[in-house]
Amino acid sequence: MSDTERHTIAVLVDNEPGILARVVGLFSGRGYNIESLTVAEVDRINNLSRITVVTSGTRMIIEQIKAQLSRLVPVHKVHDLTDEGPYVEREMALIKVVGKGEARDECLRLADVFRARVVDSTTESFVFEMTGSAEKLNAFITLMEPLGLAEVSRTGAVAIARGAGSF
Amino acid sequence: MSAEPICGADIVIKALVDQGVDVVFGYPGGAVLPIYDSLFKQNSLRHILVRQEGGAVHAAEGYARSTGRVGVVLVTSGPGATNAVTGLTDALMDSVPVVCLTGQVPTHLIGNDAFQEADTTGITRPCTKHNYLVKDVNELARILHEAFYVAKSGRPGPVVVDLPKDVLFALGSYAGPEQGTHKTYRPQLEADPARVAEAAALIATAKRPLFYGGGGIVNSGPEACARFTELVRLVDAPCTLTLMGLGAFPASDPHFLGMVGMHGLYESNMAMHDCDLMIAVGSRFDDRVTGRLNAFSPGSKKIHIDIDPSSLNKNVRVDVPLLGDCGTVLAALIAALKEPLRRPDGAARQSWWRQVDAWRGRDCLRYDRSRSDLIKPQYAIERLYALTRDRDPFITTEVGQHQMWAAQFFKFERPYHWMTSGGLGTMGYGLPAAMGVQVGHPDALVIDIAGEASILMNIQEMSTIAQYRLPVKAFILNNQYMGMVRQWQELLHGGRYSESYTAALPDFVKLAEAFGAKGMRVERPAELDDAIRAMIDAPGAVVLDVAVDEMENCFPMIPSGAAHNEMLLGPRDEAARPVSEEGMVLV
Repeated sequence: MSDTERHTIAVLVDNEPGILARVVGLFSGRGYNIESLTVAEVDRINNLSRITVVTSGTRMIIEQIKAQLSRLVPVHKVHDLTDEGPYVEREMALIKVVGKGEARDECLRLADVFRARVVDSTTESFVFEMTGSAEKLNAFITLMEPLGLAEVSRTGAVAIARGAGSF
Repeated sequence: MSAEPICGADIVIKALVDQGVDVVFGYPGGAVLPIYDSLFKQNSLRHILVRQEGGAVHAAEGYARSTGRVGVVLVTSGPGATNAVTGLTDALMDSVPVVCLTGQVPTHLIGNDAFQEADTTGITRPCTKHNYLVKDVNELARILHEAFYVAKSGRPGPVVVDLPKDVLFALGSYAGPEQGTHKTYRPQLEADPARVAEAAALIATAKRPLFYGGGGIVNSGPEACARFTELVRLVDAPCTLTLMGLGAFPASDPHFLGMVGMHGLYESNMAMHDCDLMIAVGSRFDDRVTGRLNAFSPGSKKIHIDIDPSSLNKNVRVDVPLLGDCGTVLAALIAALKEPLRRPDGAARQSWWRQVDAWRGRDCLRYDRSRSDLIKPQYAIERLYALTRDRDPFITTEVGQHQMWAAQFFKFERPYHWMTSGGLGTMGYGLPAAMGVQVGHPDALVIDIAGEASILMNIQEMSTIAQYRLPVKAFILNNQYMGMVRQWQELLHGGRYSESYTAALPDFVKLAEAFGAKGMRVERPAELDDAIRAMIDAPGAVVLDVAVDEMENCFPMIPSGAAHNEMLLGPRDEAARPVSEEGMVLV
C-alpha cells in the first residue's frame, strides 16, 4: 500500500508574482516532498513559466499532489511525465575541484570519460560543467570527492516527453 | 471602457456595484481612506462598520452562506489584514465565497517595513483560494471582476485583493464585468457520462445504499438540494448529512437519519459502517466524519461527487469518482436511473430499512429529563426549535458542545438556514455571522446559538448590532466551562480541568444592556419557554443567557481513533472504553 514512487511532474503556470511561492507553499504546507524544483519562463508571448518538480510519495499522495497543483488558479496544466510515457530528464551541474599533481590529472581523465566540460581553470582548480541524469551527476561528484571536490551547484531536473506530442 | 479615466478608489466602488454587491463589511484605516472617501460619495453600496476586522469576515461569511451570494470585506493594511486571516481561513475550509479587499502601503514603500505594512499576499496565500496584489490601476477593474469569478466558481472560497494606496489615487480606465472570468480557470461542471452510467449501475444493484451529503450540495445551490432530495427518494435509501450539509435534505423526511460523524447520530454512523454502497455528494470524508480510517465503512463501494479534484481519493479510496458540480451530476444521475427506470431490490431494501430502524430504536440522543431544577442544554435547544420552527429561523453557532447539540436537535428543512464553522472550528464565528445573516435578511429571525466562552471572542460586535439595529438573538448555553475542552479533559486527561473553567464571566444581562440590547437570564426549565417567546417577540437584539447543567457532555460520540461502530452512547460507555493511545494524539 505505502510503496513510495518517484515522479517528475511538469507544471505550466502563469508567470506572475508569487506563483513559485504558491507552489512551494503547497508542498511544504501539505507535507509533500520536493527532491528538486526548477522554474523559468518558457513562453514570453503568453507569459508562461514551466515548473519541473521531482517528488516522491505513495500513489495516493502523488495523485493528491497533482490534484492540488491543478486547482491552483494560475496553473494551466499539470503533466505527470513519469506516468504519461517515455520522457527525457536532464540536470546540469557546475563542479569545482581543487588540487595539484596526480589528483588533478586523474580528475581531468574522469571528466573526459563522463563528458564533463572544463568551463574555468586555474593552476590549482577546475570548474566542470556537466549535463545528464541525476544518477550520472551523482556518480561523477562521488568520484571527485577524494580528488579535491570543493563546491557543487546543480540546477535540479528539467524534463520533457519524448516524441512529437507536446502540451 | 469608460471614456474618462477615474481614480482607483472609484474603480473599486464601480466594480463592486457592477458585480451586484449591495453591502460591504469593513473597517477603515490609513491605506483604504481613498475607498472610504469614494464610498462616502455614493449611495449604491451600504457599508457595515464592524468593531474588529475578524468580525467583518465572519459577517460576510454569514451573509454569503444565507444568501448564496459573494460576501465582501474591506479592511486596511497591516493589522486590518492580519485580523482578517482567521476569517479567511474559516471561509477557505468551509468553501464560502468571500472577496476581501485589503489596503496596502504605496507600491514604492512595499518591502520597507512601512507603517502598517504586512506582506498580505504572502500571509494570505495559504488561507485563500487565490490572492492578488494590484500594482497597476489599469489592471484593477479586471482583477476585481476576476476575483469575484474565482471566489464563486468551482469550489467557492475567499479571494484577497491587496490594494496599494497609490493605486487607489491613480487615474485609470474602468472595464465592466463582461470579460470577468479567468484566462484558464474553468472548473469542470459535468462528470464523465461513462462514470455516471457506472454509478447508476451500482446504485441500481445496491442492497444497502446510503447517501452521505455535505456542504457542497448547499454551495451548489437550492436546485442541487432539490435534485439530491429527489434522488434520495427515488433510490429510497437512508440519507445522512455532514455538519456543513444540514439543510441540503429536509430533516422531516423519513429517509433522513440525522448528522453523521464524531457527534453524529448512532443510526447515521452505523449505516455508514454497514452500508454496501455509499453515495457521497459534496462531502469530503473529513476526519470528523470518517473516524478511524482503516475501519471506515469496510464493506462498501463508494461513489463520490465533488467539484474539487483534490477532494476525490484524498482520505478514502472511492470506486467511482464523479468530478463535477453536484447539481449537474445529480441531474445526470437521476436521468440515468430513470431511463430505463430501475427499481431497487424490494426485499433487500426492506431488510436494510429494518436494520436502520433498529438502530434508530436506540434513541441515541436521549438524555436525563428528570431534573426540574436544572436546564439540560439539549432541552434548551429542543425548546428553542419547537418555539421558533414556524418562523423559519436562520441559525448560526459558535464552536463547541452547544454547536453539536444544535446540529443534533435543531431540524433544518431548507438550505441556507444553518451557518456554522465546520472545518476550522472558529470560536467567535456565530455572533458576527448572525449579524451578516441579518443584514442579508432584515426581517428574518436570526439566532446565534452560542456558548458563553465562544461568544466572548467576538462580543464587541454587539456594538455593530446596536448601530444598525439588527434584531439578532444570542441564545447562550452557559455552563461556565469551555464545555468541549472539559469533555475531552474528562475523556483523555483524567478529569483534570486545566484552564477550561471561566471564572469571572460577565453578567450577560448587563452586558446586553450596555450595548443597547435586551438581556435576560433563565435558570429553571419552567421559565425557559416564556424567555424564548420573549426573545423572539422582542423587536430588537436580545441576549438570552441560559444557565445549563454545567457537567453535561455531548453524546453520542466517536472518540478519536475509534470506528463508527465503536460509538460512546453516554457517560457509562465513556468509563468502560478508554481512548486508545493512537487516539490520544488525534485532535
